[in-house]
Amino acid sequence: MNQTSHDLRKKRPIRKAPFVVIPAFLLLWLIGVATGEPARGLEQAMQVCLSCIGIG
Amino acid sequence: MEFVRKWVQVIIGVLTNSSWAFPFTKTIYQGPLKVICAPGLNCYSCPASTTYCPLGSIQQLLGGLRFALENGQHYFGLSVVGSMGVLGGLFGRLICGWACPFGFIQELLHKIPTRKFGIPRLLSYGKYMFLILFVVVLPLVLVDEFGTGHPWFCKFVCPAGTLEAGLPMLFLQPNLRNTIGLLFLNKFVILILFLGWAIFSSRPFCRTACPLGAFYALFSKVRLIKLHLDEARCTNCKACHHVCPMGVKFNESPDDPECITCLACMNKACKFDAISLEIGGIPLAVPDRGLTPASKP
Repeated sequence: MNQTSHDLRKKRPIRKAPFVVIPAFLLLWLIGVATGEPARGLEQAMQVCLSCIGIG
Repeated sequence: MEFVRKWVQVIIGVLTNSSWAFPFTKTIYQGPLKVICAPGLNCYSCPASTTYCPLGSIQQLLGGLRFALENGQHYFGLSVVGSMGVLGGLFGRLICGWACPFGFIQELLHKIPTRKFGIPRLLSYGKYMFLILFVVVLPLVLVDEFGTGHPWFCKFVCPAGTLEAGLPMLFLQPNLRNTIGLLFLNKFVILILFLGWAIFSSRPFCRTACPLGAFYALFSKVRLIKLHLDEARCTNCKACHHVCPMGVKFNESPDDPECITCLACMNKACKFDAISLEIGGIPLAVPDRGLTPASKP
């Protein structure tokens, strides 16, 4: 029996896991944003981190 | 498709490192774009970097957690983990294959014609150790007299930081050269070892030591975009084993955490259209060349 594109599309169920995982992490991101983390992160990212690059 | 992937790697590398004023400013980009999470391993102390490195940022936030809590600030790193998790849930390690500048550099080095060697599978567990120990536990637990932890992975291991930030900053700011010591020497040796290893083995850092790859690998079964194996069409010819740059035996382990979705197995190896790319279970391109299990050799 030959499989057509249509058959394969019909047979494969939509995976639900990504639609649970992605919103869960989106929620974490929103909580982080609400606590003001990005401003702190930006503060750090705008400085040369000497210990990060193995100098300081 | 390999040509497209190379261009995507170049474009994302340029987009995440698009601040080209550094030869004049002699320092790093300090604009508002640095609130955006880089998908791949891209040091935010790189002079051209316009995004933040998720690994560097999470270590800094965890290292400063005690100090932040004492000051009533609840910086647990949720925004960083959230960004990484959304990227992981969407793409998983496809990011390693398509959007990581350090992975791209290793791929280029591997093109140097020499005898090539595999990497024992056991070493792939090293990156989980680096993720748990160097990125989470040590910055959180080992603190100095001020209650501040250090970014252990960045400070003692990260070869991408040495290549993209350490060396360029030493070139741009000559006064920093006086501060070179054992710490830099240690990181420089690690960089040389991984770059040298990349000539002989495919993506050694990604496979053995990258904590970001380890984090994205956790999403191998649940990520939205991934490769799908049609077992009815697979003849177990093992052609996919020979082309995989990550040493994945795709037909035996279709959700392998090492798979970076470079599509080499789908495009270069499988002659039976048993491998396809799917989004959430829906095939992006369904192979249909009239091959059936009965017609396979």
